[in-house]
Amino acid sequence: MTKFLLLQNYEGGEGSQLPMTEWAPGDIRAHIDFQQALNAELISTGELVDAQGLAGPELAKIVTFAGVGPPVVTDGPFLESKEFLAGYRMVDVESEARAIEIAARASAAPGPGGVPIQQPIEVRQVMGAPAADL
Amino acid sequence: MTQACLDDLLRQLAPQVLGAVIRRFGDFSAAEDAVQEALLAAALHWPAEGVPASPRAWLIQAAGHRMTDQIRSDQARRRREQAAARERAAAEVTDRDDTLKLLFMCCHPALTTPSAIALTLRAVGGLTTAEIASAFLVPEATMAQRISRAKQRIKSSGVPFGMPAPADWAPRLRAVLHVLYLVFNEGYTSSAGQQLHRPELSGEAIRLARMVHQLLPADGEVGGLLALMLLTDARRPARVGPGGELIPLAEQDRTCWDQRLIAEGTAVLTQGLATGVVGEYQVQAMIAALHDEAGRVEDTDWAQILALYGLLERMTGNPMVTLNRAIAAAMVTGPAAGLQLLEQLDGPLAGHYRLAAVRAHLYEMAGDTQAAIAHYRAAAARTTSIPEQQYLATRAARLQR
Repeated sequence: MTKFLLLQNYEGGEGSQLPMTEWAPGDIRAHIDFQQALNAELISTGELVDAQGLAGPELAKIVTFAGVGPPVVTDGPFLESKEFLAGYRMVDVESEARAIEIAARASAAPGPGGVPIQQPIEVRQVMGAPAADL
Repeated sequence: MTQACLDDLLRQLAPQVLGAVIRRFGDFSAAEDAVQEALLAAALHWPAEGVPASPRAWLIQAAGHRMTDQIRSDQARRRREQAAARERAAAEVTDRDDTLKLLFMCCHPALTTPSAIALTLRAVGGLTTAEIASAFLVPEATMAQRISRAKQRIKSSGVPFGMPAPADWAPRLRAVLHVLYLVFNEGYTSSAGQQLHRPELSGEAIRLARMVHQLLPADGEVGGLLALMLLTDARRPARVGPGGELIPLAEQDRTCWDQRLIAEGTAVLTQGLATGVVGEYQVQAMIAALHDEAGRVEDTDWAQILALYGLLERMTGNPMVTLNRAIAAAMVTGPAAGLQLLEQLDGPLAGHYRLAAVRAHLYEMAGDTQAAIAHYRAAAARTTSIPEQQYLATRAARLQR
């Protein structure tokens, strides 16, 4: 089994560039239901390790060690807020192909009018075992 | 009785009890739950009340009561009748057979490999779901689902509780050994997190392999797998440096190798080789034994190792074996021979970090520093292990200076 992190940022996909705050309430509900149903399914298949959504870039701070003195803490608003991480799922699956299959499902999450937003999902393998010197 | 002794006793009895209950009632999933409850009851009562005269019979009876309660409460008269019919039909067999049948059931090809691993650890190994989840670093709920799906799969595909037919014996036993091999590997190489080893998993794999070896002492491959585990595990103390870094075989402090495990592994291997037929695990164990026998790295019998990798390559056709043969060839006749062998792997192992890592080593041996650095870097960029990445990056950095 291999763990993969499936990452999605705020960048809208091909399906919709509209931020969620401008969707119809029913569409937001449908989107959340979709995400929860996907998580429930991945728990039932024994593949979900963790799934979290992150608070928005409005609350983000960027911290840099400054050498002497206190660290530099930068508040938003940030210009590249669409590149911020919006949420992630960690899955423990049999193959990369399965991780890609799950990512494809996540990318099909419904947006305004139920149209899939086609958000790009980054699939990253979590570091694991060195080869056995058997 | 101490807590540790009690735990050992319960885990040793778990598969025997489960086997007996399945034989009696037929329903694997319900039997598994009933046995877990019986084990829990024993863990609660025995420390205060003392261990009963026949702990096994006590557990079978306790699990049996729970099964009967379950069947009654299920308002399923038909199920009860079916269970009774099965009970009557079941022939009397020994504990030994029950444990083996349970293993064959848990490692059935109808299950996915991760399911088979989880189920074997739970049903045969007697580990709790929480222990298995923590060993594989997944939440308990996730592991519980994996196990429950495996049980469901056994139910729906009608996997029998019984010995495989003679024609199926070899492939089914191979599936069992493969599961134990993967559990050992998971513990030895620790695919989760930064930790290099999780001895509890490799220890459990060795315990189960010992058990199978006791049940099937005449099977050379069972002995071969047990020997391979022991001879590999013997080197574990020398495989990690003080900072948690990976130490390759050639640089390990061989005085740290566990001589007791080496002696036991060698004995098991020798005994198995007397049966005549040689399988993959035996050949791998022979290679491990040759490494373990060398008191210093320069004493390694590379010519024999080269010949054994050649044999293993013909048996398996696995390109990873060819990769190891190239290392052995380099040690016997020089890096050029090894590098030449690697050329045939550019197709099957294209982009694999181990091919780049071995190339880097052989270029380093050949004194081609620039090529070695380039391949170490390529390997470091593609490995999926942090200790290995650190090792490869350090190797490149050392040559760069």
